[in-house]
Amino acid sequence: MKTLLIGEYREGKLLEATYELLGFAQALGADASLFIVASEGQLPSFGGNLYLADAAAAGEYNPDLHRELILQAVEQENPDYIVFLHSSYGWDLAPRIAARLKAAQISEITAITDGAFEVGCCNAKMRRTVKPATAKAVLTIQAGAFPVAPPAGSPQIRKLAATAGSNLEFVGYEPAEAKDVDLAKAEVIVTAGRGIGKKENVPVILALAKALGGELGASRPVVDAGWVEHSHQVGTTGQTVSPKLYIACGVSGAIQHLAGMKKSDFIIAINKDKDAPIGEVADVLVVADVMQFAPSLTARLAR
Amino acid sequence: MKILVCIKQVPDMESRFKPDSKGVWYSETDLAWRMNEYDEYAVEEAVKLREQLGESCELTVLSIGPDRVVEAIKKALAMGADKAIHVQDLEAAAKDPWQIASIISGHAKEQGYDIIFTGMQSQDRGSAQVGVLTAEQLGYPCTTTLVGFAFADGVITAKRELEGGVKGVVKLKIPAVVTCQLGLNIPRYPTLPNIMKAKKKEITAIPVAELLKEESLTATSSFHPPAKKGGGVVLEGDVGDLVEKVIAILKDKTAVLR
Repeated sequence: MKTLLIGEYREGKLLEATYELLGFAQALGADASLFIVASEGQLPSFGGNLYLADAAAAGEYNPDLHRELILQAVEQENPDYIVFLHSSYGWDLAPRIAARLKAAQISEITAITDGAFEVGCCNAKMRRTVKPATAKAVLTIQAGAFPVAPPAGSPQIRKLAATAGSNLEFVGYEPAEAKDVDLAKAEVIVTAGRGIGKKENVPVILALAKALGGELGASRPVVDAGWVEHSHQVGTTGQTVSPKLYIACGVSGAIQHLAGMKKSDFIIAINKDKDAPIGEVADVLVVADVMQFAPSLTARLAR
Repeated sequence: MKILVCIKQVPDMESRFKPDSKGVWYSETDLAWRMNEYDEYAVEEAVKLREQLGESCELTVLSIGPDRVVEAIKKALAMGADKAIHVQDLEAAAKDPWQIASIISGHAKEQGYDIIFTGMQSQDRGSAQVGVLTAEQLGYPCTTTLVGFAFADGVITAKRELEGGVKGVVKLKIPAVVTCQLGLNIPRYPTLPNIMKAKKKEITAIPVAELLKEESLTATSSFHPPAKKGGGVVLEGDVGDLVEKVIAILKDKTAVLR
């Protein structure tokens, strides 16, 4: 079985997550070749065919050009699976390849079982087992679901260049907003999730954080709703944290949130929903209404 | 200008999901339904653009599914869409993203929309494919995961959300497809007068067989809860008792109370 892995490169750097693709190919027991749009000074350590396009010519984000380049690599390599990370680059590009090849796409794979793929659904509360019904298939893998394969070897480079034009113009990057809270340094984080119900309840969660000598964290929906500043957001698009104690208050546990906090030493989740995905990473799941439980715990701590 | 916004109706994600009789998707009994959250942002952005462009612009909302999806369509009409397409399909949940995209592109090909908005993914299926596949099937440029959108002189300026809070700025000419991320805007609540006005707006029903020409490219064999990783303690009961148990655990397992 042959896989063509689509590596990632951003702001002049190879992304480490590229090595998760190699971990996936190993888990599948498949041969791996790698495609990347990068600069020659920043090549992955990998001992196979590397299809390389120059980032200066093809841009770091240009789905029209990257689609054409990947199709060239598919033509030469003839892989069974074309594998992306399920990331802002991967989920944007993968369906374009699937459409051109009229190949099945299976998104956000969390595990391999008997040659079929497990994917999350219903906000990560459930799983489906899926197989492609086409000879070739496009896959995207969940961030962190497969172990990083240690970088090793040097690649055999096959250079590619795009010939077509593009309907898109990549203007540039906008840096992340400055953080006024460095959650990475906090020993205790108490995070407010949508389950707190309304903005007026944020001080209740903040009071618990202060009672434990910690900082206030926030899940994405709470930040999007404007209840808490973005600088407190925990998760893929916010901060990645690993405090000694993490208390998730009314946080359902979207994968992007779990990816940002699951390395915490000890995790307590308070949630009304016993099946909420946060339970998968929690050491203790307290099944309760957080707006009853949190103030009681704060009061008890003050005694 | 003709704008299309595609929406899906999904169950409330706090529901308990049980497998259906075939064991490949959830059973629809005892579920409360709502508009897919990502699509609420898509509708809001489309309505804002409709307001920017004024009377020269027409905004159509499209949804695929059984009669229950008309509720989601009515919400989009009350938010400000002008008219609606309901693609009637009792089996929509069994279709894969390639087929769903082919239904949308089958309709859109006839209509010549200038901009198509979708959510970046659905909350239930979560494939993040339909918008991009629709663009490919139509031959339109496309960009995804929008947290910023502006339109002027036939050019969209889109701000994409990347990992770690970084954003990527992209320009593309219409016709185009864009997919919307959470936080793009603040979706409005329909007001009572607008809900009343929406009742008079036209909803055209199209049987799915008129638009669907494609077979499924994937096969689902099972729908099940994730394997429990174990180790986690689940505490239930009276809040006072729960507080005492948590205090004991904090003393025993962490250093924060010492």
